[in-house]
Amino acid sequence: MSEISVDEISSQYFDVLKEIGNIGAGNATTALSSMLGEKVDMAVPKVRLMEFKDVGTTMGGEEQIVAGIYLVVDGDIHGSIMFVQRKESAKTMISKLMGMPSEHPDEFSEMELSALKEIGNIITGAYLNSLATLTNLTIFPSIPDVCIDMAGAILSVPAIEFGTIADKLLLIETDFTDDEDMSGFFILVPDADSYGKILKALGVM
Amino acid sequence: MAETIKVGIADLNVCTPPNLITTIGLGSCVGIAIRDKTTKVGGLVHVMLPSSQEVKSNSNVAKFADTGIPELVSRLEKMGASRTRMVAKIAGGAKMFAFQSKTELAAVGERNVEATKKALAALRIPIIAEDTGENYGRTVTFNPETGDYEIKAVGKPVKVI
Repeated sequence: MSEISVDEISSQYFDVLKEIGNIGAGNATTALSSMLGEKVDMAVPKVRLMEFKDVGTTMGGEEQIVAGIYLVVDGDIHGSIMFVQRKESAKTMISKLMGMPSEHPDEFSEMELSALKEIGNIITGAYLNSLATLTNLTIFPSIPDVCIDMAGAILSVPAIEFGTIADKLLLIETDFTDDEDMSGFFILVPDADSYGKILKALGVM
Repeated sequence: MAETIKVGIADLNVCTPPNLITTIGLGSCVGIAIRDKTTKVGGLVHVMLPSSQEVKSNSNVAKFADTGIPELVSRLEKMGASRTRMVAKIAGGAKMFAFQSKTELAAVGERNVEATKKALAALRIPIIAEDTGENYGRTVTFNPETGDYEIKAVGKPVKVI
């Protein structure tokens, strides 16, 4: 398998990733909508290749408190996927899922964290399913793990994984909305070999 | 007017009083503050990975403990600091997600801390304080005048080491 430098991503490849992002987020929206039992709208996802140092800013600054749901991916490709939401958006989703408002706006109870893991599971699962269908690759996600902390600290986890193959991070921003903001970001981090496999499966190289 | 110089992820900079130098949201990364006690020249490097030898994409020296620390030291020397008077304080190296140890980059926070200690030892720079490990992010601010290294974390009181 030839090595790919992610820093030299071609515009064609970028379009492919954008399309995967689009379909994946579309499926995630459907899943989210049926889970919450209400209509959820989605804006066209924004796919961006960003320098590490700019990633925190995208989410409202490195000190913005975010919820990160992180899964390891195995099978034909190896890597990880993360779904990140601002704390407020995560709270909105949780209270919709649980059918009641949160008691503490600044803290997450065990129950809320567990709900958040489930949300992450469903959303990333829908996303990975699209990727698996499009590429015909087998992809198994692990059980999710959740962490609430500063954006800089949470995002350093995929940044470090990606850091072994590139200096930039691929970010797929998805705005889920009904009446309130529930937007989030997907960060897919395949290892160097898996990048090649995905591209090959899609016929890009 | 005192300024606060910002250091990003995989980045480094130097600083003289009355300015401060900061880096926000250290997770598994390590923030290494080095200072010459006499000339009061200080600097901060925010490293992401332990070793530039393990990966292909290694053009940014500030990304790795083994290259970022020597680079910071040489920048400090250019500003008149002497290596024999330098001391270091380190923070970060957390494990943000519990199952991170399952991945290939097992316990990268821990490995970053180890590599940091090794790099500082090779340069004979003593570590006089550290706040590493655990499972939460840290924002750090270094004062080259006093050598104070202030550490902020979500839901925790501010700590000065």
